[in-house]
Amino acid sequence: MGDIFSSLALVVVGIAIFVAVLGALYWLASQLPEPWRERARTAVFIGPGIILLLGLVIPALLNFRFSFLDRDEEWYGFGNYRDIFTNDNNIKVLANTLWWGILVTGVSTVIGITIARFADRMRGEPFAKALIFLPTAISMVGAGIIWNFVYSPKEYGLLNSMLRLLPGEQETKFFLQDPKLFGIQSNYVPGLNTILIMVVIIWIQAGFATVVISAALKGVPDDLVEAAKIDGATDRQAFYKVVLPYIKGTIITVATTVVIAVLKIFDIIQTMGKGGSFGTSTMANEMYEQAFPQDNEGLGAAWAVLLFVAVAPIVFVNARNQRAMREGR
Amino acid sequence: MTDISAPLPHAVAGATDKVKDETPLMTKVAKATGGGPGKYIVWLIAALWTVPTMGLLISSFRPEDDIKTSGWWTWFGEPANVTLDNYSSVLSDKVGGQPFSSFFWNTVRIAVPGAIIPIAVASFAAYALSWMHFKGRDALSVFIVALMVVPLQMCLIPLLRLFSSDAFEKLPLEGIPSIWLAHAIFGMPIAIFLLKNFIGSLPSEVIEAARVDGASHMTIFLKIVMPLSVPAIASLAIFQFLWVWNDLLVAKVFGGGARNQPMTYALVDMVGNKGNEWQLLTAGAFITMIVPLIVFLSLQRFFVRGLLAGSVKG
Repeated sequence: MGDIFSSLALVVVGIAIFVAVLGALYWLASQLPEPWRERARTAVFIGPGIILLLGLVIPALLNFRFSFLDRDEEWYGFGNYRDIFTNDNNIKVLANTLWWGILVTGVSTVIGITIARFADRMRGEPFAKALIFLPTAISMVGAGIIWNFVYSPKEYGLLNSMLRLLPGEQETKFFLQDPKLFGIQSNYVPGLNTILIMVVIIWIQAGFATVVISAALKGVPDDLVEAAKIDGATDRQAFYKVVLPYIKGTIITVATTVVIAVLKIFDIIQTMGKGGSFGTSTMANEMYEQAFPQDNEGLGAAWAVLLFVAVAPIVFVNARNQRAMREGR
Repeated sequence: MTDISAPLPHAVAGATDKVKDETPLMTKVAKATGGGPGKYIVWLIAALWTVPTMGLLISSFRPEDDIKTSGWWTWFGEPANVTLDNYSSVLSDKVGGQPFSSFFWNTVRIAVPGAIIPIAVASFAAYALSWMHFKGRDALSVFIVALMVVPLQMCLIPLLRLFSSDAFEKLPLEGIPSIWLAHAIFGMPIAIFLLKNFIGSLPSEVIEAARVDGASHMTIFLKIVMPLSVPAIASLAIFQFLWVWNDLLVAKVFGGGARNQPMTYALVDMVGNKGNEWQLLTAGAFITMIVPLIVFLSLQRFFVRGLLAGSVKG
């Protein structure tokens, strides 16, 4: 019980200090003569936010400089970047991340569209969607454990047990340690283990895609669909030719959001790929592994810069798309 | 969003005779929405999506010997074989010298202020950016939106150095407070952006009228703007809370030793060192999931709204 009280005490004290400091500053500002009073009050309102934002901006700028330093903090020029694009292990990481972006985004979005379409106005729609949406709420570490259990080579592993039901002698598979896909082991081909870890993120992201696309589907005017059908369109044609183009903006939002989340995939690699072993590493995982456990901050910083370069244009596309959607309606 | 319960325009559409095939449109609509094979796909996926979590939940209540010798699906043949032992043993199980229960409380200590601090700071900033007049206000707003492009990975190394520098040594920031600070920093752009969108679109007559009556900014903020912003703040708070609750990376980088770490850290450690001790892993994983699931099930509407609004971040 002591834990509960010390937790609450810490939380309450922390927030009380914050409120007290802000209140005191505002009171001080109110004692000043005009025109200083109004300026000081504005500063009290916006100041804490600015300080926290500086805590984002300055480190981000410093990170560029770090990316040009080597392990011993000597100037290394573009050495870290050269290492990333020439070293075999790092090329594997880049290729993996690319596959993650393509496969997980594509499959999650398609599943989202499919469920949203067929569940629309179905009996039990909210319940079915809630079941599919549920994984969105849990941590990736929790999700990783759920699926480690499914993929386990032991007799209680669900996937191995299902394979044993197939005819013929089935050997036990160590799924998460299998870096090959259909017998191919290549830097440019994701291993079976990577594919199976992607399944977990699809399991999480499909729920997000479903909910967002489903909300958009309910905004498609009924008469638009009816008009298409009166003109002789089948359900299928009406969906692909009328409904999908109508919600195009939403689909772009979903896809860009999933890409951004997927590019930064980290927790799941820590939980299911033992921190990137067996060829499962991705950019964000490698950024962490190099910067902290391997103590090579320069290389870690370079990975972070590449992540920024990969994410930035997608955020830009997303922002432009959202503006177009706002202005279009 | 349209009202789902609104009647379908069957009557209007069904009357038409321009449909090429002989099927009346009414049954076609019914086929697409209820009777067709589509619903089986939905229920199949819903079932597939549920099985892995169900396996974990069932296993967490089975005796250790059962878990390790048979699949969880065999439990349906012997449903009386349940126990709470796994939960009591995982709570006292030690990771890095700390019992798992202490990691639970660390998660609480991290997540509650980790959600409240950035939202409080961002609310003040959003008010200032919307309703206070100062030079460079619009440029600052644009700059904050642009900052959403920066992935938090860009800041990990320099920020950790800053937090462990001499200047910061003197501040009481070591451990959990530095995790709060990091989450507040990383959450700031999106929180200001979303709250400014909301607070800035409140009717200006209300604010102006209060100004004319002599109300100070603090009074307007606390008495008018905050009460009106409850829905926006609730969505953002739930989203930020779950994000911090489920976080591994920020805590791992800024938390220091096991003493300050959340449950996610302890679980990853257990996966590495006790990967086959499923009586511990299943119960431990379920304990981390319980709060998010309660939040999700009770506040699903706010959760969805937060998710929709949050899909603009870098």
